Order: sequence, then C-alpha cells, then structure tokens
Amino acid sequence: MNKTWNNKAWFMVLPVLLLVAFNAVIPLMTVVNYSVQETFGNNLFFFEGVKWFREVLHSERFHDSLLRQFFFTGTILAIEIPLGVIIALAMPRSGIWVPVCLVLMALPLLVPWNVVGAMWNIFALPDIGLMGYSINALGIDFNFTRQPVSAWFTVIVMDVWHWTSLVVLLAYAGLRSIPDAYYQAARIDSASRWAVFRYIQLPKMKRVLTIAVLLRFMDSFMIYTEPFVLTGGGPGNTTTILSIDLVKAALGEFNLGIAAAMSIIYFLMTLLVCWVFYSAMMRGEDE
Amino acid sequence: MLELRQVSKIIGAETHIDGVSLTLHPGTLNVLLGPTLSGKTTLMRLMAGLEQPTEGTVHVGGEDVTGRAVRKRNVAMVYQQFINYPTLSVYENIASPLRVARVGAAEIDRRVREAADLLKLAPYLERTPLQLSGGQQQRTALARALVKGADLVLLDEPLANLDYKLREELRAELPRIFSQSGAIFVYATTEPSEALLLGGNTATLHQGRLTQFGPTIDVYRDPADLVTARTFSDPPLNTIAAGKTGARLMIGAENMEIRLPGDAASLPDGDYTAAFHPHHLVLKSPGRGALKLSGTVAVTEITGSESFVHVDVHGARWVSLVHGVHAFPLGATIDVYVDPQRFMLFAADGSLARPAQRIAA
Amino acid sequence: MARIEFDRIRHAYMANPRSEADYALKELSMTWEDGGAYALLGPSGCGKTTLLNIISGLVHPSGGNIRFDGTDVTALSTEARNIAQVFQFPVIYDTMTVRQNLEFPLRNRGVASGEIARRVDDTLRIIDLADKADRPARRLTADEKQKISLGRGLVRSDVNAILFDEPLTVIDPHMKWQLRSKLKQLHQRFAFTMIYVTHDQTEALTFADKVVVMYEGEVVQTGTPDELFRKPRHTFVGYFIGSPGMNVLPCEAFGTTATIGGHKVRLPAGAPKGATALEIGIRPEFITLTGDKRKGIPVTVRRVEDIGRFRIVHADLDGRPIAATLPEGSEIPAEPRAVLDPANVNLYADSWLVEGGRGP
Repeated sequence: MNKTWNNKAWFMVLPVLLLVAFNAVIPLMTVVNYSVQETFGNNLFFFEGVKWFREVLHSERFHDSLLRQFFFTGTILAIEIPLGVIIALAMPRSGIWVPVCLVLMALPLLVPWNVVGAMWNIFALPDIGLMGYSINALGIDFNFTRQPVSAWFTVIVMDVWHWTSLVVLLAYAGLRSIPDAYYQAARIDSASRWAVFRYIQLPKMKRVLTIAVLLRFMDSFMIYTEPFVLTGGGPGNTTTILSIDLVKAALGEFNLGIAAAMSIIYFLMTLLVCWVFYSAMMRGEDE
Repeated sequence: MLELRQVSKIIGAETHIDGVSLTLHPGTLNVLLGPTLSGKTTLMRLMAGLEQPTEGTVHVGGEDVTGRAVRKRNVAMVYQQFINYPTLSVYENIASPLRVARVGAAEIDRRVREAADLLKLAPYLERTPLQLSGGQQQRTALARALVKGADLVLLDEPLANLDYKLREELRAELPRIFSQSGAIFVYATTEPSEALLLGGNTATLHQGRLTQFGPTIDVYRDPADLVTARTFSDPPLNTIAAGKTGARLMIGAENMEIRLPGDAASLPDGDYTAAFHPHHLVLKSPGRGALKLSGTVAVTEITGSESFVHVDVHGARWVSLVHGVHAFPLGATIDVYVDPQRFMLFAADGSLARPAQRIAA
Repeated sequence: MARIEFDRIRHAYMANPRSEADYALKELSMTWEDGGAYALLGPSGCGKTTLLNIISGLVHPSGGNIRFDGTDVTALSTEARNIAQVFQFPVIYDTMTVRQNLEFPLRNRGVASGEIARRVDDTLRIIDLADKADRPARRLTADEKQKISLGRGLVRSDVNAILFDEPLTVIDPHMKWQLRSKLKQLHQRFAFTMIYVTHDQTEALTFADKVVVMYEGEVVQTGTPDELFRKPRHTFVGYFIGSPGMNVLPCEAFGTTATIGGHKVRLPAGAPKGATALEIGIRPEFITLTGDKRKGIPVTVRRVEDIGRFRIVHADLDGRPIAATLPEGSEIPAEPRAVLDPANVNLYADSWLVEGGRGP
C-alpha cells in the first residue's frame, strides 16, 4: 500500500479540538457530573445515581414547564416560518429597494436581547405603553403582568418581532438563487401563482427553511433573557418555560442536581428532535 | 516532469480516480478527454495538489511532492468560469501573481506587457474585467496563468463558456502560446474535435480510469479499446457485432460475410465488435472490396458543406458523414458503403484486436 | 402551429433610445412559416435572445407588431401566446416525477384527466422516456431533463411554436448528437414550427431548414444551410459559418477577373463600378493544393492540423493568412500552389456580396 501518512495534519485540528472542549465538552461534563450527585454546600458531593432524573421525570412542575415550552415553540414556529416566507416573497427581487428592505429586516436582529425584553415591557404596559394602552383603548382588558393570556400574547408577539427577520433573510436568499428560466417556464406552462410557489419556490427554499426551522427551534429552547425581563415567568408560573424554570431551580433554589438533570434531559430532547427533523427533511436529497 | 504513479482517489464508496499512472514532460500540451464526470477535474486537482490521492504518489522532477501544499508548488489554473479580480484592472489582474511573489516593478511591467501582447490584450490593460467580452476575460485569466511562469498550467474546459467562433479563434492561438512557454500544459475537454484541433498528446478518461495516452492523432486513429474509440469519435462511432471463423467475418444480424486479409485471419475465432468512423461510411462505392449495405434513413442533417445521414442498418444506428448536400426523406431506403479495411476490430473484452488500415487518398 | 409575422419589430432595452446603436434589435420585418425549422445564429450580444423573447412574449418590443396566423399578439402575455420553450439549463419541477412534469401544463389548463393520461403517454413515447415515467425527474441526466422540458411543450397539442434557447449547452458531445437528431426527427414527423437560438454553427445548420444569421442587432442573411455556405451575403456570414471560416482576400478587379498579388482569378460576377473595397471570398473546402507550376497561386505553408477526417493547412498567400482543408491522408506538395475553385469564388464590395454583376 502506498497510502500517505502526514502526522502534521493533527496539529491543524488542534485549535478546533481545544475550542470545542472548552465551550462544549467540559461544561457538558460538569453538568453530567452535577446530575448524578447531591450537595449540601461547602463543596461536598455525594453520588446519587439516577435519583435526580427519576425525580425530574416524575415532577409535575417539569411536565408543566415542558408543556409550556412546546406550546411556545410550536406557536412561534407556526407564525414565524409562514410569515417570514410571505415577507420574503413580497420583497423586491432587484432595484434600489433591495438594500433598504434588507437593512430594515436586519434591524431587530441587531438589538441586544435584554433591550428587546425591556423595550417590550414598556411598550406593553397597560397604562403608559403604546401597545398596552392602545389595546385597552379598544375596550379589551389587557394587562400582561396579571393576565396569563395577555402575558403569553406579549411574549409571542415579542419573539415574532425579534426573530421573523431571520426567517425572512434566509428565505430571501433561497428565493434569489432560483434562475429566471424557472419563472419563465412556469409562465409558459400557465402555472398559477400558487403552483409557482408550491413547485418552484418552496422546493428551492427547502434547504434554507430547514435551517431556519432548526435555528428557531433550538433558539426557542434557549431563549431566556427576553421573557425573563418581560414577565419573569409570571404571572404566577404561567409563562415559565423550561429555561426560566431551569434557572429558578439552579440559582433560585440551589437545586444543582435537579437543574443538571433537567438540563441533560432538555439537551437530549433538543438533539433528538433536531436529528429526526433534519433526517426527515433531507431524506431523498442526494445531489 | 510530472509523474503520477498509480494514483487513486476514493471518496466514501465512490472511486473518482482509479489507479492512474501518467508521465507528462515540460513543453508539452496534454489533453484530458472524457465525458462529464469521467474524472478530468479530479485528476487536475490531484496534479495541482488541491487534493491528496487516497493511494499512489505524485512526483515532480523525480521528487515525491504528494503531501506538499499547492502554494509550495508552482502551479497555475484556468477554469471554465472566467475568474478574475473584478475590481482590479486587467493590468493588475495579470500582475497579481507577480506582486505576491514580490517581483520588482520594472520586471512586473515587462512581463505583464509581454503576456498582454501574446494574448492580444494590450489595448485593454486599463479596463476592468467586467468591461470586457467573455473571450477577453478568459484571455486575462490565461495571461495571469502564463505570467506566473508556472511549471504546470492546468486548464479545465477553458473555452466551454465561450461562443463557438471565439472558441475557434482562441483555440487556434493556444498551441502557439503554449509552444512559447516551457511549462507542462494540461487541458481538459469533453469534445473530441477540440482535442484534435489542439494536437499534442491526449489522455482519454473513462469512469476515473486512464484508457489510453499518446499523441492525439494516434489515439484517434488507433484507439486501444472500444471505450476510447467511442470517447474519441464525434459524430459517434459506428459499430456492429461480428463473428469470426477462420478468414471469414460474419457481420450483423443477417450474417453478411467478409473475407479477412491474411494478417487478420490469424486472430482467434470468436465474437468481435467491428467499428469505423462516420466519414468512412459513404453513399457511393469507394471501390472494389467495399461492403454494400442497405439502410433506412432516420434523419438527415445538412451543414452546407457536409451532410450527416443517420441510417438504421442491420439493427444498428449509424451515421454517414459525407461531403456536399444530400437530403433524403425520412424512412427512405438507401445503400451505404464501407471499406472493410477501415474496420477496427475489438475483441469481446473491448481491447483492440486489429486496427483500421491506412488507405491513401 | 402557426405562421409568425414580424411587422417592423424593433427593441431597445433603454427607455429613450436616441440613435440606431441604442437598439438591441434593429427594425425587422419577416415571416416565420408554419411548420418551419428555423435557427437564429449569431455571436453573443447580437440580439438573437431578444428576438426569441419577443416571440415568447417575455419581452414586449419598443416598436412594431407581431402576429400569429394573422392575429396581433403584440400585447399578449407569455401565457396567452401558447408557445413552448426549452431553456439553456434544464428546467424541471424537482419534486415531481417525469410523468407529473408532463402533466403539469395540462392540469394548469384544466384538461380532463383521461385526455391528460392519453397525451402524456404519447409524449413519453415520443421523447423515449416511457420507461422512466415514474422516476423523480431530478434523478435524470441533463439530456433527459432537456427532453422533459421539450415534452412539456409537445404534450400541449396546440402550441403555436416551440422555442429553443441554446438547449445543448450543458450536454456532452455524444448526447448532443442524439438529442439533435431527435429534434430533427420530431420536426420531420410532426412539422412543428421550431425556432432554435444558438451561437454554434453546426447546431444551427444541422437543425434548421432556414438559418437566420444575426450580427449587431440586425439580420444579415436568411437562407438554407447550402445558401449560407456557398453564397454568404456578407463577409461576416462567410466568417461565422464554416470551420474554419471563409478566406477573405483583398483584391483588385476588372470585369470578371480579379488580381491577387499579381495572380489572376476568374470571377463569377463582374465587379461593380465605384466600390471602394473589393475582396474575394473562398471557402477552405474549395481550395486545393497542387505542385503543378502552371496552375494556382504560390503559398507558404505555416502549419498543418491533422484532425482525423481531414487536414487543415494554414498558409500565407501574398502575405495574407489563408486556410485550406485537404482530405484525410493527402500529401502536401513541396512547392505548394493554391488552386481556387472558380465556381465557388465570391466577390465582395464593401463587405457585401456582388451578385450577378450588380452592386449591393
């Protein structure tokens, strides 16, 4: 065999290995470590096996926050993906308005997350906030600090405002990559606007939309700052999604074991859903 | 001298290059001929060092350079797409490899102007590439490759995106440009006619295998096997099944009999494929000994100077390439002739058993 | 299928064209006969794609009218013109099978499903894809995809014309032959009106009954392949058609005799009076080389290309480069002289062909 070996190549991947180790593997292992131990402070730990996992999986509190999490994720995906595609379809394909639209779309993505939370907190206040005041002026009783429905409404509208742009930009990039000949062929075939969308635009956007769904799905599980600043998980526990619950357990109640077990379950769940979704979308795509 | 020794490239389960050994000498033009996905681009990337072989080694001047980075090899490449720096002038585009090599300003100026003269770009040096026609853009890319003084210049279907006539013009100039440089030129193309017009040597590729390498016209005339013959025939090669017993060759479904000359009679008996080039299938008898066959016209194409008559003969679709205008209605029955001396006989395993015989015009 | 008429059609891409040069397509009146196979041939930027898009309705001309069978369609959209088009890069609907691709234009037009099935089956047979009907279209090769594009046009039995925009660009040489002869066969069988845009002379000449040669927004000649080959109306046509192109040599002429570098050449037509630049045009195919000192004009051979079925000789004649093609296996004489076939010598005055003794 004439196979060539070049051991220098290993040095090339070293920086990546180190980076991944520091920002993924080591923190994850710390969490795994916490999830199987009990502590009463003073840095004393006792091995507890799968006790915390059993406890978490049987706890009603976890079930509730998980359910809220899925409700939140499902709702924002159901709104942001179609809305993003619709906006992308409505954007001009060429001309001086293209950069203007792109900058406008990018703006919400540039705002820091805690600022988004604070902004919407003030915006939605029923007495002085523009949105809160306007809704009340329409005769609808709206107070997100007291009513669960109002709180959910505000959290979701805020997320849609913040993140639909991301979907728009991705979908727009996908649309721009379609050659003109496809649209011309469709006109010649007398395809309706819907048929053009269904058979040309949607298939060509499939890859970028898959990425968009994955990003939004993972982000919605990670999201913490904005709802924390806005509602703090309230009123009561009504908007306590997983991440907020997790922080409460870890830092509020100092239940490190429970929090660690929750994180791991939550991590595996995200991984599983992403994997299943991605392989389903990419099946049959071999080119 | 560039040498590939038993080079293979396997990605996943797919073999892209399969045990290619090839030696190329300085100052030669070498055409890589093969259809899309036959491995031309991969082979070039292996030569350049842009990819590392899974097996085998690459040698330059006898030295093993297999693992060496592209930047440390003296290689230039021109692609099918016109790749230039869009914001730089033609002058700066051509000068760019020299600037990287920190050549002195006076020397750069001399070499850029020399290359520009050679490629007829002198009037456009101050323009940017986007102000040029496609042909001029590709000339700029060629000039940049030449000015570098590379030992190995790789051209990957450089004329494919140009108009037919521009292609013809540039192609006519290339051998002259190449001959003034001492580099090894490698030129990939899918078109047999392009290989013939360029001359030099040709390596034919089929499914990642090198099927033959030699002077272009020799490969065309005496292909080593059926696959090479097909790759190197435009219009497509005419073929028909043949069975040999002693000095007799039985052709086609109807077993037309031909007597083989002495040297061919000594071949082992068995099944062969008889093949010949379309311009050897003619509409008038070329003389004694010619085989007369009756065929049905499938379609006639006329270029003004020549006609391509597609005929179905004994269950095979053949093309006759003849001078002048010959129009036949669809489905007409006509007689076509071929001199069996023109037959190349390929054995059952595809290898050439007997080449076509030369006949003086 | 329909007869297509251009009535003083012209087009400029800019809003306010000022001079003739601003027009991508200069004023043109011509008729495309029903059932004709036409090729639009010219270099890139000559206006051939603009012309095609005017027929398909993707471009609306700045001036003039276009009629299909006498009906003015200038203002009609692409959909309403009922034409079919095959593009440079295969356009297929990725998510559909081959069959669904062919059904698509019929479904969009609300054709009954029994009728759809019947026509799709017919079309699949015509384009030789019956055995691949239920495969996903995106799995097919480039030439098969082009056949699907074509099939989507053929399946609509009532199309006015089928337009081709350099359809063989991405097809390998061997498949080019098959696809091209397939198109020709379809034309001979069904007499569709076909218009084929290309820069490749071989494709144009082999495909078309009538070739329209364009140059800088103008039609310079329309004719059969044979006419374009033997009697190019303009030196550009002579250069553009044929490989290598026609040799064009400056000359002096008196009556029916031309003089090149002190040697006399017989002309088929007399030179016009008052023409400033006279040239003779002779195709490489009509030049033979001889060693006979009593015939022809001496030449110096520069280079010989052996391209298998013939040889191309590049030589200098009176200091001007000429090309001649010789048959396979022919020898080049030691002191070669070029003999021009008098029947195929053309005379050009100011680049336009001199016909029958009259000026252009």
